[in-house]
Amino acid sequence: MSNPADAGQPGLRLRERFPLVALIAERLALSIVLLFAVSILIFGGLEALPGDFATTYLGQSATPQAVANIRAELGLDRPVTTRYAEWLGNALHGDFGTSWASKNSVSEQIANRLGNSLFLAGFAAIIAVPLAVGLGMLSVHFRNRLPDKVINVLSLAAISLPEFFIGYLLIYFFAVRYGIATFPATVYAEMSFLERLQAIALPTATLVLVVLAHMMRMTRAAILSVMSSAYMETAELKGLGAFRAIVKHAAPNALAPIINVVALNLAYLVVGVVVVEVVFVYPGMGQYMVDAVTVRDMPVVQACGLIFAAVYIFLNMVADILAIVANPRLRHPR
Amino acid sequence: MRLRDIPITAWIGIIGIIAAFICAFFAPWIAPFGETDVLGDVWAPADAQHVFGLDNLGRDILSRLIYGARTTLFVALGATVISFSLGIILSFTAAVSRGAIDLVLSRFNDLMMSIPTLIFALVVLAVLPQNLIVLILVMAILDSTRVYRLGRAVALDVAVMEFVEAAKLRGEGKLWIIFREILPNTLSPLLAEFGLRFAFAILFLSTLSFLGLGIQPPAADWGGMVKDNKDGIIFGISAALVPGAAIAALAVCVNLVVDWLLKRTSSLKGGRGDA
Repeated sequence: MSNPADAGQPGLRLRERFPLVALIAERLALSIVLLFAVSILIFGGLEALPGDFATTYLGQSATPQAVANIRAELGLDRPVTTRYAEWLGNALHGDFGTSWASKNSVSEQIANRLGNSLFLAGFAAIIAVPLAVGLGMLSVHFRNRLPDKVINVLSLAAISLPEFFIGYLLIYFFAVRYGIATFPATVYAEMSFLERLQAIALPTATLVLVVLAHMMRMTRAAILSVMSSAYMETAELKGLGAFRAIVKHAAPNALAPIINVVALNLAYLVVGVVVVEVVFVYPGMGQYMVDAVTVRDMPVVQACGLIFAAVYIFLNMVADILAIVANPRLRHPR
Repeated sequence: MRLRDIPITAWIGIIGIIAAFICAFFAPWIAPFGETDVLGDVWAPADAQHVFGLDNLGRDILSRLIYGARTTLFVALGATVISFSLGIILSFTAAVSRGAIDLVLSRFNDLMMSIPTLIFALVVLAVLPQNLIVLILVMAILDSTRVYRLGRAVALDVAVMEFVEAAKLRGEGKLWIIFREILPNTLSPLLAEFGLRFAFAILFLSTLSFLGLGIQPPAADWGGMVKDNKDGIIFGISAALVPGAAIAALAVCVNLVVDWLLKRTSSLKGGRGDA
């Protein structure tokens, strides 16, 4: 990159003058390429795999003629590239076609459900992030003493619990035994904000528990690796108080990894939503996708897959960009 | 390594895992009733004969739990072994060859990892026929991306060591370098990763079965048992919680062993850290 012969090129000069902007633009471009590749993978991969909706749909009565009829009706007899271009073009305009199973517009369904899912995930994040970072710091502060060990064992247990088990455990105790929460978590358009919050209390608690342990353990590791570095030892040896050492030396360096941890776990949260929605019968994207997968309703599966992947890629990109902004060293690779 | 050096938590984990495998191997002899025998009322409460009660079709939950250990362990272990072999071979090949092979494999891996595992599995399972082999392969291939990333990072560190260079100068082939030079020197972190992947495979399989896309009935499997009995929860019947707890207990046991392995690995490396 720093070949002197190239120094005269305008592109390189721009990069040198605004390294931050150039890096962020590069990362944005990479995400767009990635998303494009993912769309090919989701659409093309499904074409390449064996298994056909028409044959599954017809079951025993799949005569060649009937299969051909269904394929023509759904437009499956046209070449893959034409269908892909059409699908992607429409998807960019926000049109994901019609569901094979229910003949409804996929976009309409998704418009309702995406908001519900993001509401649930966002609310869980608001609770989980400060809690996880706080517990991680607490655990580092008491490292290798009783509170740290208790937190460590509990978080190890929490990581090992499947989402649906936590969900049913909460339902069993809080909704059935004590009756202080509602199940199933139905939400509809006319609900007030407070009613909504009440309805999603248990799903939110489940998501928080699922993501909290991961986030806390990663935060702890990130802070510990900073605390055990040479400059923290120097700060300690030159007689700096623990508080000042943490504020002036540790915090700026721990910020980037912590931001990264948070963003990564938010991406994880988006996936965790799928199972939690099924457990709590919550009308979100995850429930929609799982239902579509069981009946092999491809337009819905493709649309949901693409949207989940897009959110995931977006959050990972935000993680990278924030890390670049927070850590000056990443602005000058090598 | 002496047995006395193994901490108590790791012993709990090891004993738990062994117990699960004993259940899996000797299921027909241990289980008091058959896997699919209907023995009484739907969701009959626990009594002396049926320790955990009966399930949604009147089958003995304890017996199904023991038989279910078979499917769950077999599928999870199979998927982990395949994903591991695949990930290690590809990542070591990439690390040893460098150049175009490394570039293509790594970029493709990045692409696979940019889709969340569960979402990817849902999309793929929507088209593929539902059977055990497909399930194991899908789980293995999706999981091998994680193994690949770790394997490549670890192998790159070792691949630049003098003894690897010496082997190359001796004229050894790629296979020798991968299996005789790099593999033995990366075994410790890889072993911990194997445990981690195994725990993940158990949870992932249970999640898929719970969503109705994993093991198909009537075969017993822990995730599927939760799905079968979940409607009882609203009536205060805890049948679904028993298999859920079994999954959690097994995953905790595996994680306890992994935790110990990881600590051992990091203490081998030395350093001031107490991480």
